[in-house]
Amino acid sequence: MNNPKVEVIEDYCKGCSICVEFCPTDVFEMVGFVARVVRPEACTRCMLCELRCPDFAVKVY
Amino acid sequence: MAFDYEQYLRPGKLPHIWCPGCGHGIVMKGLLRAIDRCGLQKNNTAIVSGTGCASRLPGYVDFNTLHTAHGRAAAFATGIKMAKPEMDVLVVGGDGDGIAIGGNHFIHACRRNIDMTYVLMNNYIYGMTGGQFSPCTPTGDRTSTTPYGNPDPIFDVAKLAIGAGATFVARTTAFHATQIDKLITAGLRHKGMAVIEVLDDCPTAFGRHNKFRSVVEMMKRLKDIAVPTQAASQMSPDQLRGKILTGILHQEEKPEYCEQYQQVIARAQAAAKF
Repeated sequence: MNNPKVEVIEDYCKGCSICVEFCPTDVFEMVGFVARVVRPEACTRCMLCELRCPDFAVKVY
Repeated sequence: MAFDYEQYLRPGKLPHIWCPGCGHGIVMKGLLRAIDRCGLQKNNTAIVSGTGCASRLPGYVDFNTLHTAHGRAAAFATGIKMAKPEMDVLVVGGDGDGIAIGGNHFIHACRRNIDMTYVLMNNYIYGMTGGQFSPCTPTGDRTSTTPYGNPDPIFDVAKLAIGAGATFVARTTAFHATQIDKLITAGLRHKGMAVIEVLDDCPTAFGRHNKFRSVVEMMKRLKDIAVPTQAASQMSPDQLRGKILTGILHQEEKPEYCEQYQQVIARAQAAAKF
């Protein structure tokens, strides 16, 4: 399986920080008012960020 | 692999109108995954809502959708199902819409056991109109119209639905994202009235009056209060105080309303000797 690719669509992100807080491997950090992927190599493809993002902003491939 | 939500969304509608951290978006995603899992066809599916924050949902999804008067979603959905029994009919709405203003329509849809799936997003408050208390606002909590604490006891939506006659009743929370689509899937596959209550967070109208300083605190609260029904059977009443049961709470088989009505039509036509 390929390495996971995590993407935050910044135009959709409203900065609720659910992904930042509940990611088990701390892939995200808040940068200003939006979440940003800072440690993509830590992603285990558990998909919880994508499932819990209320704004359709997080995608894991 | 990322789920392709765009195939079910109307183009150009995102970002949606809901506040940062509002759980309605999580529920909408769960609903779309459940619809995909059940293989519902766009042309054969109707999604009906009343008025309110949660009732904005049909505006984003690419099905036959109907946005109706406050609280009247179940009544309109009943009409659709009666006219076109072959359609899959879903109702979405909030607690103020479904349990307060539309309480009458809700209980009678449950009583008839008409084959539809009602996804009720319970965020404890009237969010859109300024944060007034609803019948689901917990006793003692503060809202813009109960600044010194709400004196009213709450409606337990699941018990109300079971008591009124719904044949599938389940509950989950916006935190338990995978359970949302599992329960909605089970509800869609159930023949009869399925009510899925999703406990939601409203950081803007409910959270700021009740000392939840962030969305994350509200989500953690949902995680803490939820107890699966299997685990609850081994817990003492003391341990269960303040907790809310999640999972399938009630399921039974009863005659479905549209089928019963078809039989009435057949009897009437036979009596009239057409």
